[in-house]
Amino acid sequence: MATAEQTPRFTHPAARDTCPFAPPTAYEQARREEPVSRVSLWDGSTSWLVTRHEDIKAVLSDARFSSDSTRPGFPFVSEGARQLNTGQPTIIRMDDPEHARFRRMLTGEFMIKKVEALRPEVQRIADDLLDKMTDGRTGADLVHDFALPLPSLVICLLLGVPYQDHDFFQECSRVLLRRASTAAEVAHAQGKLADYLFQLTETKRAQPDGSILSRLAERGDLSTEQISGMGRLLLIAGHETTANMTALSVLALLRNPDQLAHLREHPESVPGAVEELLRYLSIVHSGLTRVATEDVDVAGVRIRAGEGVICMVSAANRDEREFPEADELDVTRDARRHLGFGFGVHQCLGQPLARLELQIALGTILRRLPELRLAVPFEDISFRGEMLVYGVHALPVTW
Amino acid sequence: MLVRIDQEKCCGAGSCVLAAPDVFDQRDEDGIVVLLDAQPPAELHAAVRDAAAVCPASAILLDQA
Repeated sequence: MATAEQTPRFTHPAARDTCPFAPPTAYEQARREEPVSRVSLWDGSTSWLVTRHEDIKAVLSDARFSSDSTRPGFPFVSEGARQLNTGQPTIIRMDDPEHARFRRMLTGEFMIKKVEALRPEVQRIADDLLDKMTDGRTGADLVHDFALPLPSLVICLLLGVPYQDHDFFQECSRVLLRRASTAAEVAHAQGKLADYLFQLTETKRAQPDGSILSRLAERGDLSTEQISGMGRLLLIAGHETTANMTALSVLALLRNPDQLAHLREHPESVPGAVEELLRYLSIVHSGLTRVATEDVDVAGVRIRAGEGVICMVSAANRDEREFPEADELDVTRDARRHLGFGFGVHQCLGQPLARLELQIALGTILRRLPELRLAVPFEDISFRGEMLVYGVHALPVTW
Repeated sequence: MLVRIDQEKCCGAGSCVLAAPDVFDQRDEDGIVVLLDAQPPAELHAAVRDAAAVCPASAILLDQA
């Protein structure tokens, strides 16, 4: 049985092996051999690593595992990630009941019927982007011309952020989510983004416009700092994740032509395929972090108060005990139990919006680009192994 | 089948509404779960079990007859 004193299995995050869609073998081995194990981190500290589907669900559902990154022992995957978690905490780094109080200020904005009402608008945005991308051209970078602008336009619209500022906030986001960023680089980008959203929130106070930032400002019980912190979280989470899922999903389908053909013939399967792609690709690939506030046994291993825990949802989403033939992409599988959005009370707030965007993005590409293919050899695609959110840096395609 | 919900635990993820829209809805003001049918007909039982299984906050409780 593992103990906190034993030698770490490897340094987390481990590098990927030959298949760019599969989690690194180190996590697969850990899941099979020692599902609750020890890893070392960049700063020489150690943490627990949890890899099985049922164990991660248990940890993420258990209030004795805290999301509060100011607690001693909280694990960070890089120097930049530690910096990112200092300063005023956002809801992802709070525990209940404080977490629930703030989260409930936002849950109404992303509820199913409200998001579903956005469908025509999101479809229009997707069609406009594809019109521009294909107009008089035979090739494009799908990330730059479609996958990134689509969710960026949508989250700007919802939050009340001017889309013309996208170069600015996308660059800040790139620095914040790059594992190699230094604390100084992260602090600088974070500061710029905080100033920007602070000013924007002040503008909404003076001129309400029905956007989320504006509604938060109208509540009267939140400071401008608090609102700009929530805005920063929603702005980054709202565009990076969907953008990377979209491009990586298209690439995965191009590499699995039978699955692509099935979806072209059965467009009604797109929502199910989105769930399967969320499982198969698990783009939040550095794990979800917690720290124990009491001694807790997980799968027979005693995790002591003050010890860090990293939940590798990418490994759990390939857990054969939960998903037979887990390494196969099968768009007809019922994959809804995947942990791609996390689990527990912190599960992704924007998941209805992410689903809507991904369904529309993939559905529209399949319908409008029947001859879509890569414009470069697969081996030349550059993957985002060094980023906190996985994906591809660019996806050159032709049609 | 008897369905109960815990609005205190609910985190408004909306998974239940996707799985079983005839049984679950969300409050307009904050997206918290609302129970539409505490004793759903047999043909909805599988969907309700799916909803309870994917609920991230364990806010759906089933008494199965």
